[in-house]
Amino acid sequence: MTSVTADERVAGAGWVRRLLIRPELGSVVGAVAVFAFFSSQSAVFRSAEGVANWLDPASTLGIMAVAIALLMIGGEFDLSAGVLTGTTGLVVVTLATRYGLDVWTAMLAGLVLALAVGFVNGLLVVRTRLPSFIVTLGTFLMLQGLNLGVTKALTGTVQVGGLRRVEGYESARALFAGSVTVGGVDFRVAIFWWLGVTALATWVLMRTRAGNWIFAVGGNEQAARAVGVPAARTKIALFMTTAVAAWLVGSILALRFSSVQANVGIGQEFIYIIAAVIGGCLLTGGYGSAIGASIGAVIFGMADKGIVFAGWDADWFKFFLGGMLLLATLANRLVRRYAEEVRR
Amino acid sequence: MSTPLLQTRDVGKSFGSVIALRDVSMLVNSGEVTCVLGDNGAGKSTLIKILSGVHVQDRGEYLVDGAPVRLGGPREALDRGIATVYQDLAMIPLMSVWRNFFLGSEPVTGRPRRLDVARAKDVARRELLDMGIDIRDVDQPVGTLSGGERQSVAIARAVHFGARALILDEPTSALGVKQAGVVLRYIARARDRGLGVVFITHNPHHAFPVGDRFLVLNRGTSLGEFAKADITRDELTSLMAGGAELDQLAHELGRDGPAGAGVTPER
Repeated sequence: MTSVTADERVAGAGWVRRLLIRPELGSVVGAVAVFAFFSSQSAVFRSAEGVANWLDPASTLGIMAVAIALLMIGGEFDLSAGVLTGTTGLVVVTLATRYGLDVWTAMLAGLVLALAVGFVNGLLVVRTRLPSFIVTLGTFLMLQGLNLGVTKALTGTVQVGGLRRVEGYESARALFAGSVTVGGVDFRVAIFWWLGVTALATWVLMRTRAGNWIFAVGGNEQAARAVGVPAARTKIALFMTTAVAAWLVGSILALRFSSVQANVGIGQEFIYIIAAVIGGCLLTGGYGSAIGASIGAVIFGMADKGIVFAGWDADWFKFFLGGMLLLATLANRLVRRYAEEVRR
Repeated sequence: MSTPLLQTRDVGKSFGSVIALRDVSMLVNSGEVTCVLGDNGAGKSTLIKILSGVHVQDRGEYLVDGAPVRLGGPREALDRGIATVYQDLAMIPLMSVWRNFFLGSEPVTGRPRRLDVARAKDVARRELLDMGIDIRDVDQPVGTLSGGERQSVAIARAVHFGARALILDEPTSALGVKQAGVVLRYIARARDRGLGVVFITHNPHHAFPVGDRFLVLNRGTSLGEFAKADITRDELTSLMAGGAELDQLAHELGRDGPAGAGVTPER
């Protein structure tokens, strides 16, 4: 009975089990299958240009999916995240084009606003103890109304534009919406932001106290509180993190197109959640992975562009989306059951 | 005789017009196990909530190391080395053993501050082995452990984080016979390491083998505190069940004679 012999029982089936209980497993299998499928349908899809092409939608979706994954591991939802990308974009463009701010200052203002929205979401959830699904559904609808109402009142139309002419546009665009050439192929800068966000989120989750607390408040909030985890602070911070991600994506899109539609981001909130679930997040919280959410976003990017490359009608995308979600949830359940199976 | 680690003198607690606890005196010495026995509603939970700092007593005195205290909360109790392991609030099933072990008090290193994973795993493994808990793999989720093992990990955690007094709220009540035996062994182990243990249970068969002192509660009042030498298992059982009531029950249930004697109330 020493530490040497204590390991012999895990040596045999250990590495198989350890591989299988990775939350990312389902999404990796899915990504490989989807890549193989579309590659066989279209040569462009598997070329370097093709990869750069489908990584682009994956990147902006991925930044959000990673943030939502952290929040879901912490046991909460945020339905206002999609529309908040529109709100922040609108604020940046409106402040820069109509109120004389340069692009950088307008972005800073957008960030402050996003942090405030995230803080209010978080505070409402921890104070009222209402389900975050309801609370953020409320803020979602309010923001949607504000986006349209304010934009129409200011411009008489449903979009604001003209960011291109504002001071600081070129430098901000280079950093957030430009391209980087790697091996002769242009990759959007957003892809590197996404990789950075994924790496940072993974590090926080797996290697910091905050990460331990995120898993704990999602797994069993009362137990976490009982051993001194600051549950309310952790949750509010998660909502604010999601809001910052929405600001980042909103800014990237505003700088890319130089204009923002008032209805941007609506409907995206469920895509973020689906990507996170495909990546192994449990709807009940306490389990999941940032890398998995990113791979979930890759699957979406591939399907989104792959359907076009293969020359099909884009309407099929929604059907594909639903199927992926069902398969992923089933796979997650099996994996978790296997992981939790008591060994005697 | 040295000063008791924890002691109450005639403590009482009311919630509105309900008197939950009245004039209860008990003591807990280092290296001893004090069992608190009583049926449901006897006031066990109220008493341990006073001991663990969740409630403050209305009447009487609560002494830690011989000095009267009024604890402002569980955190303050912890700072004085009084740790409580609740039956249902012990662990987070989907998190690994070592993450659970250090939850809320994670060791960090370097800059930017990050978890000292190697040290955490190593310490968790060693502490568990020291308590005689042979966990296959500290990376496995706590959900894969049996109920008894989970309680044991929680006990080892409290010991590691400097508990001098350990309050265990019904640690064996949801467990089968074998698992309960495992937990009782760790209670004895904690005792041998010099901790004062308060073991709350409604099962005299669990309490008697491991206890040094027995406090029996009934309807919020104390039926007495006994040293092990002064009481037998049967006396304890019948005292706890309210002896006369149990005889009556045996009489009602029995076909001929006292076939039902020795029945203990189980949930």
